[in-house]
Amino acid sequence: MWEYTDKLKDHFFNPRNVGEVEEPDGIGEVGSLACGDALKLTFKLDKNGKIADAKFKTFGCASAIGTSSVLTEMIKGLTLDEAAKVTNKDIADYLGGLPEQKMHCSVMGREALEAAIENYRSGGKKKHELEGTIVCTCFGVTDKEIERVIIENDLTTVEEVTNYCKAGGGCGGCQGEIEKIIEKIQGDKVKEVPVSAPRHTGRMTNIQKIQLIQQTINEQIRPALRAHGGNIELIDVEGNKVLVAFRGMCAQCRLTEFTMKDVVEVKLKEFVSKDLFVEEDKESAQEPHNHRE
Amino acid sequence: MKTVYFDNNATTKVAEEVLEEIRPLFCDLYGNPSSMHTFGGQIGRRIRQAREQVASLLGCDPSEIVFTGCGTESDNTAIKGALAAAPNKRTVITTRVEHPAVLTVCRDLENHGYTVIELSVDKQGRLDMAELEENLDDDTALVTIMYANNETGTVFPVEEIAELVKSKGAVFHTDAVQAVGKIPLNLPKNNIDLLSLSGHKLHAPKGVGVLYVRKGTRLSSFMLGGHQEAGRRAGTENVPGIVGLGKACELAAENLETENSKVKALRDMLEKQILEKCPDCRVNGDPENRLPNTTNISFEYIEGEAILLMLDKYGICASSGSACTSGSLEPSHVLRAMGVPFTAAHGSIRFSLSRYNTEEEVDYTIEKLPPIINQLRELSPFVTK
Repeated sequence: MWEYTDKLKDHFFNPRNVGEVEEPDGIGEVGSLACGDALKLTFKLDKNGKIADAKFKTFGCASAIGTSSVLTEMIKGLTLDEAAKVTNKDIADYLGGLPEQKMHCSVMGREALEAAIENYRSGGKKKHELEGTIVCTCFGVTDKEIERVIIENDLTTVEEVTNYCKAGGGCGGCQGEIEKIIEKIQGDKVKEVPVSAPRHTGRMTNIQKIQLIQQTINEQIRPALRAHGGNIELIDVEGNKVLVAFRGMCAQCRLTEFTMKDVVEVKLKEFVSKDLFVEEDKESAQEPHNHRE
Repeated sequence: MKTVYFDNNATTKVAEEVLEEIRPLFCDLYGNPSSMHTFGGQIGRRIRQAREQVASLLGCDPSEIVFTGCGTESDNTAIKGALAAAPNKRTVITTRVEHPAVLTVCRDLENHGYTVIELSVDKQGRLDMAELEENLDDDTALVTIMYANNETGTVFPVEEIAELVKSKGAVFHTDAVQAVGKIPLNLPKNNIDLLSLSGHKLHAPKGVGVLYVRKGTRLSSFMLGGHQEAGRRAGTENVPGIVGLGKACELAAENLETENSKVKALRDMLEKQILEKCPDCRVNGDPENRLPNTTNISFEYIEGEAILLMLDKYGICASSGSACTSGSLEPSHVLRAMGVPFTAAHGSIRFSLSRYNTEEEVDYTIEKLPPIINQLRELSPFVTK
């Protein structure tokens, strides 16, 4: 059971400002049914350019509903410049805190507010658009959004990024990329890199090398392939040649060459040794019991 | 406030009769059954009796019962123990809708060089026997398929599956944690080799489980140490848990009829009225082959955690397959495997009843639930009215 503050529970059980403002000046819609939460925020300005009324409609859990309700209260009476400065942290603080895994609800609130302001400033024409390039395909999160939650909330781990914007919380295939974004922004602050195996320097015995290859496949490669219905098996290691077999969807995939070169080899070079190269064990892939969809 | 407990697939109340049975075992009869003195040794008789009670419910021989620490331990022991005893075979077959106690173990096997095949299910959560048959071959060491699904209550044709698996020479394990005590089982009549059950799902205390091991099934020990459980599960016996589970099995046998008449009638009443009073609802699972106590209903366009918290305010306990309740960001793997659309998966609620539930509780829930659904739908941007 989640530890929600009394303030959040109050806003969940007695939500304020539910609905849609009539003839709104700004409309912000973020999230989707697939993602598990969505928020539609509408506001109307008074003659001085301050937010006179704001209403919300939310699909989501108790904290999504509670943060939406609180957001409408927070922004009433603010000018749009003032409202644009509201961060997800402000929303969470106003509630007396949110459980770590629910921080993405506060981010959704801030995103909806931003989208609504953008919509107003473009004369009601502009709908919320994603900025940057998609990193997390499961939840449609871009690099810009990830950078922003890292900076605004001083995040240093992939798990935190997932809690704040969901990125990396589906198949997990983008966790390496998220890690790189964290390193780029936080630099020295990142002392340990939790999802990675330690990079091996110096000489390894054959057994150590094979074990590290297996570990890298298990931790760094298989999860991403599994998420797309495939799998990988380590067949053999001969010197620097790593023989693998692809299973399931990967075996039939036309992009097998691409997958091998780009994912497996890059990862093995990164985590084990830059001298490694990968080959697919064709014979094994053609055996019927290994070749299923 | 009164608690209305409709979450019996999560855990159950310890039966009063069970509590009475185990009360003396804490401060008076606390001996170790392995001791040489009478004070400890007399406890061995209580364990023997419990073993007979469990065997009687399952219709098997007492020597085929191994007491464990929980259902998860039984599953781990069965899977890893059966594979260790068949080192030449490297394929395991399971389903996409197993409990994590089986699915996580199977997926981990891939890291140890096993090929794991996860069978799919259809929209009602049913397996395709032809798919199982296609995948069974000489390399199949183990097939592990649950008796009944914990989320939807769908009951699988386990006897038929067991026969097919046996004909191909593989070992068959079933996680029957949700089935035992709810539907009749008769082990000697079928070909199940290994079966897991858990005490706290049938009104015994938490912390005790059973692994049924058919005579002649090859199984390597999982927990090593002393000679307890004929060397198949080392560790000093959880005497109160084991004795409690024995008593609970005796009660389950007596109440099997109630479970399939009274409990089923209450479940049907709850389900029927919810469907009547709340628009845009659907039942998840196989209506033909289902546990008598379980219903899983999706309320479209709203989210499960929000429903649970509103029910909680009225003391009504249920559970949900939504992403938010699991701590993960994706809705239940069972509903996704069944292809339940996102509009419905996030808003799924499971009600699971027991013989302790009453008609008044059902009426109370039917009174409280529809306004909650309406209130949340008024908040939802996906409902336009």
